[in-house]
Amino acid sequence: MSFQPVHFYQTGTFTVGNRLLSAEERSVQANVERTNSLNSGHRACQGCGEALGARYAIDAAMNAARGRLIAANATGCLEVFSTPYPETSWQIPWIHSLFGNTAAIGTGIAAAIKVKRQKGQMDDVRVVAQGGDGGTTDIGFGCLSGMFERNDDVLYICYDNGGYMNTGVQRSSATPPAARTATTMPVGPEPGNVFGQGKFVPAIAMAHEIPYVATATVADLRDLEYKVTKAMGLRGARYIHILVPCPLGWGAASQDTIKLARLAKETGIFPVFEAEHGEVTGVLKIRRPQPVEEYLKLQKRYAHLFGKKPAVETIARLQAAADKNIRKYGLLDQEAN
Amino acid sequence: MDKPFAITLDPGSSLANRTGSWRTSRPVYLDRLPPCNKQCPAGEDIQGWLFHAESGDYESAWRHLTRDNPFPAIMGRVCYHTCEGACNRGQLDAPVGINSVERFLGDEALKRGWKLTPPASESGKHVLIVGAGPSGMSAAYHLRRLGHRVTVQEAGPLLGGMMRFGIPKYRLPREVLEAEMQRVVDLGVTVKLGSKVENILATMQDGGFDAAFLAVGAHIGKRAMIPAGDAAKIIDAISLLRSMEGEEKPLLGRRVVVYGGGNTAIDVARTAKRMGAEPLIVYRRTREKMPAHDFEVEEALQEGIMVKWLSTIKQAHESSLTIEKMALDSKGFPQPTGEYETIEADSLVLALGQDVDLGLLEGVPGLEVSDGVVQVNANMMTGHAGIFAGGDMVPAERNVTVAIGHGKKAARNIDAWLRGEEYVAPPKKEVATFDNLNTWYYADAPKTVRPMLDIIRRQSTFEEVQGGLDEHNALFEARRCLSCGNCFECDNCYGVCPDNAVIKLGPGKRFEFNYDYCKGCGMCVAECPCGAIKMEAEEI
Repeated sequence: MSFQPVHFYQTGTFTVGNRLLSAEERSVQANVERTNSLNSGHRACQGCGEALGARYAIDAAMNAARGRLIAANATGCLEVFSTPYPETSWQIPWIHSLFGNTAAIGTGIAAAIKVKRQKGQMDDVRVVAQGGDGGTTDIGFGCLSGMFERNDDVLYICYDNGGYMNTGVQRSSATPPAARTATTMPVGPEPGNVFGQGKFVPAIAMAHEIPYVATATVADLRDLEYKVTKAMGLRGARYIHILVPCPLGWGAASQDTIKLARLAKETGIFPVFEAEHGEVTGVLKIRRPQPVEEYLKLQKRYAHLFGKKPAVETIARLQAAADKNIRKYGLLDQEAN
Repeated sequence: MDKPFAITLDPGSSLANRTGSWRTSRPVYLDRLPPCNKQCPAGEDIQGWLFHAESGDYESAWRHLTRDNPFPAIMGRVCYHTCEGACNRGQLDAPVGINSVERFLGDEALKRGWKLTPPASESGKHVLIVGAGPSGMSAAYHLRRLGHRVTVQEAGPLLGGMMRFGIPKYRLPREVLEAEMQRVVDLGVTVKLGSKVENILATMQDGGFDAAFLAVGAHIGKRAMIPAGDAAKIIDAISLLRSMEGEEKPLLGRRVVVYGGGNTAIDVARTAKRMGAEPLIVYRRTREKMPAHDFEVEEALQEGIMVKWLSTIKQAHESSLTIEKMALDSKGFPQPTGEYETIEADSLVLALGQDVDLGLLEGVPGLEVSDGVVQVNANMMTGHAGIFAGGDMVPAERNVTVAIGHGKKAARNIDAWLRGEEYVAPPKKEVATFDNLNTWYYADAPKTVRPMLDIIRRQSTFEEVQGGLDEHNALFEARRCLSCGNCFECDNCYGVCPDNAVIKLGPGKRFEFNYDYCKGCGMCVAECPCGAIKMEAEEI
């Protein structure tokens, strides 16, 4: 089972809200009473995908937990732009951890709540740990893997923008191949990040066979809210990996953030799926297939592929990677082929 | 100062940080002009009434529609719906079936007995309208709603003008026409049937009218110089169509030749077919050059009507015609070839265009007539102050929709003139183009096709050819509207703003920006499905 879109009604569930749908069919974000977990005044760049993804996800989690939620937040863009001492944009109980231990902080909070509940000192409170791809796939990976293998009752959300953007766009293990960063080869025959390195943490999370793993993007709000809500309905270790385009680090126009996330999904570059106990149980199908160039050419980090002499071989390798995702996860409907 | 170790400041909210100061351009909401509305000769707010229909509120939709056009059931049948040709959805899959939804609303209103809104107060002014056709009755409706006393004088015995005497009933059933005309009369419009205005100035003076709107239809068929024997039966198309409304149907014989290539020629041929004749259309050019609408030609061909292209009629005899074959020259004009043939014909119907009887204008000072029509200024007023004209009488395309539009426009101008003012149309909004839209957000939905009458019944009866939509598929069709350029409250801007800088004002009230925090990223503009937001440079 995957997210079930409502098909017609002018825009169905493609838009954030829809006056033609019944109240219970509408999104959390369409509601004026949404938590606005991450409030105005934060210092994220114009068009920040992470700020948007965090509000989408945490508002949905707050809605599912009926407001009883604590979030631990790794160091990174999300923490820096939201909470410069003494101000904060967070409108939920929120704690800043170190860069690498946010999963462990989440584990600790969950353990403390469990003890307090056993003593009858408090009612249930749910725990979310969140961080960027640097804090998740690189620096915090040990703590994260530990949280998974112990099946601690924490929902971990990774906002993946493919690099250390806050410190000046350095490479992370989530930086995609061929993308330029401050710490990848700037010149030479193959500038940008190398092929064959890095990791896809959702697959590693699935290898832990935890109750729930999902990917999502900021372009498909309804799918994202469905996954967060579903994860909040489960106990044990859960992992959601959200693709959040970064106008600064990707060299993209600030208004193109959602468009890029949509293209990442529609080209097959970023597979959107969910898995339970290590098995894929649903995928968000590609609706309007596109070649990878449509995604790449909007970003300056790939500008070296589209010079006077286009790097057709590199583009073909990226297309092959997207095609592999399409095959592997079954991203195309049979009749669409 | 009881704070934890190393803490010196109270926690504060980021709301203290007015990120709006970062902005170099700002988003602003706007209503753009949808291409359908721009195209509509009757000036309907199509997107506006579809918006109500989308939620199933058909009465509001009908009321919104009839602000501009009081005859949706008629228009839903006979309008050539150029709006659909302009529809942005045509670039996505197929245009919205605007015409079919309009018909559904019109029929629904007749079924439920919805009434037009009467005027709130009386102005005390009295306006004469000459002609009870689409233009005259549209003007009567609008003038009445503006509070003026209205008297319509009609030469014919019934209401409807060209809609009755020019449009066959297989396209417009008479009970529909009657009902929509009567609804205007019910607003308190005085109608004098069978009362031809012979002299406009004398009539105005005798009746004490403050202004007049002339809306005489083109009821005189043009003749062609065809040498004919005494026994040849030649009639003009418009007389034929008119006589179809009377008790005595015309006698045409079996082999009826219709001369012409316009919509009237098609109407006559299809009418003759239904009377049991074998009509043949003779036209001097090719199908591509035919002025008739392609769908009408197609429907006629489906019904088994034959057409002889590239032919002119040289001579008419008692039971035959001499035809000369034509050939198109390099410029596309037909030229005679000198090749003749004879075809059998019991009667010949001339459908070569129509003229207006302008006899009532004799001796009106200031009035200018050229090419058989009355010249009017941008306010629809003739050269004689207080006399306005529209419909077939003035230089414009001749169809029902244009006529209805003239009626509305003239009514507004007459109203202003009666108050000693000049009507100023509101400024035109910028057009919502396909490029303004983000079509990702619209659900895929192919067009609903209206049912067509069985071909056998089309050949032998005057039943309506094209069926209507039922409530279910009318709702579906309405919801295919992209709402080009006009907010339909999809909440996208409210959702996609990373800075919570969009304030949702509640159902029907749309949204506004909180410029204290809007950083000007432009995401709301990029993700607005319908193009109802644009970026404007910030004055710095």
